[in-house]
Amino acid sequence: MAFSEETVREQRDVLTLNGLKAYYQTNYFGVEREVRAVDDVSLSVREDEVYGIAGESSSGKTTLIKTFAAAIRPPLRLIDGTVEYKFGDRVVNPYDMDEDELNDLRWKHVSYIMQGSMSVLNPVRRIKKSFRDFAFEHMDRSRAEFWNAVEDHLKLLYLSPDVLEAYPHQLSGGMRQRVTIALATVCHPEFIIADEPTTALDVVVQKDVLAMLDDIRKKLRSSVVFVTHDMSVHANMADRVGIMYAGRIVEEGPTSELFTSPKHPYTAHLVSSLPQIGDTTRKPALEGRPPNLAEPPRGCRFHPRCPLAIEKCTTDVPPLESVGANHRSACWRSADVRPLTPAVKPKTGESA
Amino acid sequence: MSAILEVTNVSKRFAMGGILSRNYVNAVVDAGFTIEEDQPEVLTIVGESGSGKTTLARMILGLESISEGDIKVAGRSVSGRVNRAQRLSFMRHVQPVFQNPFEAFNPLKEVDRYLQASARVLLGATSRAQVEAAMDDALQKVGLSLAEVKGRFAHELSGGQLQRVAIARALIPNPAILVADEPVSMVDASLRMTIVNLLRDLRDQLGVTVIYITHDLATAYYISDRIIIMQEGYAVEMGPARVVLDAPEHPYAKLLKDSVLPVENAGKSRVQPADRKTAQAAAKLSGTGELVLRDDGRSVRLPRDGDGSVAV
Repeated sequence: MAFSEETVREQRDVLTLNGLKAYYQTNYFGVEREVRAVDDVSLSVREDEVYGIAGESSSGKTTLIKTFAAAIRPPLRLIDGTVEYKFGDRVVNPYDMDEDELNDLRWKHVSYIMQGSMSVLNPVRRIKKSFRDFAFEHMDRSRAEFWNAVEDHLKLLYLSPDVLEAYPHQLSGGMRQRVTIALATVCHPEFIIADEPTTALDVVVQKDVLAMLDDIRKKLRSSVVFVTHDMSVHANMADRVGIMYAGRIVEEGPTSELFTSPKHPYTAHLVSSLPQIGDTTRKPALEGRPPNLAEPPRGCRFHPRCPLAIEKCTTDVPPLESVGANHRSACWRSADVRPLTPAVKPKTGESA
Repeated sequence: MSAILEVTNVSKRFAMGGILSRNYVNAVVDAGFTIEEDQPEVLTIVGESGSGKTTLARMILGLESISEGDIKVAGRSVSGRVNRAQRLSFMRHVQPVFQNPFEAFNPLKEVDRYLQASARVLLGATSRAQVEAAMDDALQKVGLSLAEVKGRFAHELSGGQLQRVAIARALIPNPAILVADEPVSMVDASLRMTIVNLLRDLRDQLGVTVIYITHDLATAYYISDRIIIMQEGYAVEMGPARVVLDAPEHPYAKLLKDSVLPVENAGKSRVQPADRKTAQAAAKLSGTGELVLRDDGRSVRLPRDGDGSVAV
């Protein structure tokens, strides 16, 4: 890939997406509709890395991760592009696999922390039944060994084994969230996908859950794809962040670089609109609404809301090009993008 | 100056369980504050879930009965609303904005019908022209127009737009107080600032007092004049927002401030689990302590010593 030549690291790519296109295609009463939720996305996730995906609702974040988790169902269809995982020396493409091989891939190698974890646990089954339903088959162990492993794993997440006997409604929101993370990581997967894992949580609990997720990731040495619309979460979790807008990645780069010198006007906006304690200057708000993906705007999809838009933006689609080490941006005027406000102040020793 | 909203020593107890095994949960204990009529402000109530902030808001809105104490809106007690005329008069003073705009609107009903009903019932508009003028006026205040909204269903608008329509509906009777219960937590981060800036403009330009309920201290710092931090039903620290949030004194206020994710060292810092021990220890003593007024205008709940005096 063009951007990685000068910065070859020892880390290998675990997941490589190439020109991925996934559309929702419906045909009701003879009216054909096509919603291009993921349109030409190429990216790679490295070993032992947290890759953040940011973007507003209906920008295609969840569709993108469903596509590479091989969890798509009609009307969502994979139109074009390839998905490739590399586990050790084994290279796999989930779309070439049959159902049995896919089952083998899921949970053991790739696991998925679903959106809205508050409600994904079955309310009428005890937590331990959920563990048995999902993980027992994948662990290849005797019953006693399996429960020992589960209890050890719960301890890693600071959960007492008593939660196994509980029903989901007996646990608080933060505990339920931890249980779902425990479920997703109990088979020690190499690749974890987390979709908005902390969005519904209170600030204090959110911090606990994030710290725990980071901790378990370090212990397992897995790669994590972390999806959320909250940039302050990315600031504290991700090594690299990809910003999605209307089904495309518009900018991708190391987290600190996106915060200090964004190269796409949308990123500049996202970063500068974060309120902070100690700062009461008026924050700009982005006007307009996200585009309708059934009829996206021509040219750059951000141009109707973009303060820097020029004539070219309305006709030509900007390619995702390298603008620095590990840093790609899809903007015709990426050289002119400046941080909107001095959003990122270096932290000084004395605080007010 | 007269008070538009007086909350005096308000408590709420919920009973749980049956007749024989009844437990009581104190959702709000002894809360009190006053909002002056000609001094619009943003008053923020912060706390985690279970801290009683929503219960307090629901009592102000008259949606929950009050166990002890009294809430007066424009001199009249909220619990004394017995007939329709009194209820409508109350609703002209205080209006709510709820958390999730997608759930607040019926998906099978055009959103402008909510505005219409408010204009007819609360404003007493009768002719079509009057109703439409009132609707358009309220929508202009939130940066929308009637032409954009008319005939649209909830799913046709984005979360930020829908929340603005909800605020426009609340503004139709020109209320003095808007009670906004987590108005931005279901709205996307990129659209969040439109709503927050709007609340700020309502105070500055229209003179509406906003009671803003949230768990997000960063937006609270950004817009509020006064702040009340609640922990397990008790107001543990209250006062001018900047004073309190720049240097919180109560352990729980400190915990909340520490939990705000910093963005200064983006990509380099790593989150550590929150340390709740001191805050939990302080929560156990809340029942015996009392609010002490400090020189800088804030009040902090301090525990009593062994001899019954409050440690200042």
